[in-house]
Amino acid sequence: MVGINAYYEIVTVRLPALASLRTDPYTCRLLNAGVHPMPVNPFASLFGRSPIGPMQKHFAKAHECAANLVPFFEAVMVEDWAKVEQVQQEMASLEHEADKLKKSVRLHLPKSLFLPVPRSDLLELLSVQDKVANRAKDIAGLMLGREMAIPQALQPLMRAFVQRTVDASTQALKAMNELDELLETGFGGREAALVESMVMELEQIERDTDKMQIEVRRALFKLEKDLPPVDVMFLYKIIEWIGDVADRAERVGNRLEQLLAR
Amino acid sequence: MSLIADYGLVLLLLACLFGFFMAWGVGANDVANAMGTSVGSRALTIKQAILIAMVFEFAGAYLAGGQVTETIKSGIVDASMITPDLMVLGMMSALLAAGTWLLVASTKGWPVSTTHSIVGAVIGFAAVGVSMDAVHWGGVGPIVASWVVSPVLSGIVAFGLFVSVQKLIIDTDNPFQNAKRFVPLYMFATGFMVSVMTLTKGLKHIGLNLSSSEGFFLSLGVGALVMLLGIVLLSRIKIDVEADKDFHYASVEKVFAVLMIFTACAMAFAHGSNDVANAVGPLAAIVGVIQSGGEAVGAKAALPAWVLLLGAVGIVIGLATYGYKVIATIGKEITELTPSRGFAAELATATTVVGASAIGLPVSTTHTLVGAVLGVGLARGIGALNLGVIGKIFMSWLITLPVGAALSIFFFYILRGVFL
Repeated sequence: MVGINAYYEIVTVRLPALASLRTDPYTCRLLNAGVHPMPVNPFASLFGRSPIGPMQKHFAKAHECAANLVPFFEAVMVEDWAKVEQVQQEMASLEHEADKLKKSVRLHLPKSLFLPVPRSDLLELLSVQDKVANRAKDIAGLMLGREMAIPQALQPLMRAFVQRTVDASTQALKAMNELDELLETGFGGREAALVESMVMELEQIERDTDKMQIEVRRALFKLEKDLPPVDVMFLYKIIEWIGDVADRAERVGNRLEQLLAR
Repeated sequence: MSLIADYGLVLLLLACLFGFFMAWGVGANDVANAMGTSVGSRALTIKQAILIAMVFEFAGAYLAGGQVTETIKSGIVDASMITPDLMVLGMMSALLAAGTWLLVASTKGWPVSTTHSIVGAVIGFAAVGVSMDAVHWGGVGPIVASWVVSPVLSGIVAFGLFVSVQKLIIDTDNPFQNAKRFVPLYMFATGFMVSVMTLTKGLKHIGLNLSSSEGFFLSLGVGALVMLLGIVLLSRIKIDVEADKDFHYASVEKVFAVLMIFTACAMAFAHGSNDVANAVGPLAAIVGVIQSGGEAVGAKAALPAWVLLLGAVGIVIGLATYGYKVIATIGKEITELTPSRGFAAELATATTVVGASAIGLPVSTTHTLVGAVLGVGLARGIGALNLGVIGKIFMSWLITLPVGAALSIFFFYILRGVFL
């Protein structure tokens, strides 16, 4: 099998006009999208870009966005709106970066790719990962927009609830960090058992957040008649959304587990 | 017989030139696929890979290239059916045809095999230029079958090797310790498999006549020697706690990287042993005719050692003048393969190809390697594989044989018009 490299050399060295193709933005975009206007070595082209690393990077970003909920609520509770806005901006930009990573992973997963796990499962996992960041961003956006204060009596419960929710996302990240080890072990054996135990812990954390959500709602119910009704309605909404973040983090774990099922 | 009497020396020199250029092409382009895996998984630096390729391609071509060369020389065509003149011109056209087709294919980036081109070309001139009976159809069947069997076989072997690595090393409580314990066994297997196939099959042309049992025991010795060297190299590998934090198997992969030094040697040896024939097989046939003065073509003249030497030197020069660039490029493109997978693919390929070399079957090293990589992929070992390449390879099979044959017929008629 004769390589293409002699050809590349001809193209880039002997025909300078064509050499500019390699730096041309349109050609670069085609190359990045996996469309090769120039032939490549057939053996090297057997190897596709593994989605494993990019998937991990994506969830690391999504988690970073969700983890900002802790400083965000700290700022909200002391009603430091400048700080609230700053954290919200940070979360929005992290969510945007995660979005870009998501698109890049999808772009590099053509149907012709042969993967160690089903492609549809990977794409679903990716989509669930993305939703963690989306919901966290929704919370920050709504609370900043309405400058939503949290009643003093509700604050300790709320703080613990948000922290536990971020714990769920942290646990999901821990499990996702095992994805490259899973590839090393062929998605089976001890490594798979380890990930399953991590997901079990994640489920436990999510159950905690469910209980805390009920407590926070009950506490708010006791306070609601003394508060402006519209504010109360939106507070219920925020409580539900925080619960969503934990719920979606759990789903990341469940989808990851699904990859292991043969 | 005036052709050979009049132009014998000129024809011989021309044939040497064509053969040498084919060997140069093998060294410049084909070797890269065999070595790229080791460079890509960072088991070897480019310099190390080139050094290993030079030494072991040469050794493989010179020591174990005889059987396949014999097949190209006299296994495909029936020498008793072809007059000496036509044999010389035909084999030359075959070299020209394969060279031309490979040049075209390389500019298009088609996965064309040197082996398929030369076999197609030899069949072409004999079947159409001489007569259908001039082809040993009984000999062609096994060759074509081996092109399907070799990738499948190496795929199965690679799958098995990968699963055994999972069971013995990776999926255990202490993968690093088990890697140090079991990796030397894979090293032994590498040394043993390559030498047993080489030693039990002719080293006669360099004056070494071994019986099967002598060859077997000598191979055990080679395997043990390789294993001892490996154990010494492995003793320097320590657990890297920092790297393991990020990726738990980082230290284990370092152990496999040492193993890959040996499998890379085996790959280069296997490649040399099988692919040198593509360049010097036709040359060997021409030399046979000319040395016998154009008389006794039917009689099997022994393969002169210098023909293999010429091919081996051609490959090394191809590597030194151009191949190193191709190895560097491919090494940069193949980065998703870690040593624990790369070794399985290389060992499976090397064993299959050396085995084919021993029984004189010309196979495609690259296709065999593709089969091995797919075997590892089927064991869920590789992040992503482009299956589109398989279709391209299949198409190139269908196209290369007829095109190689047609070009060979074309050159054959031209040469016949010039010389006869």
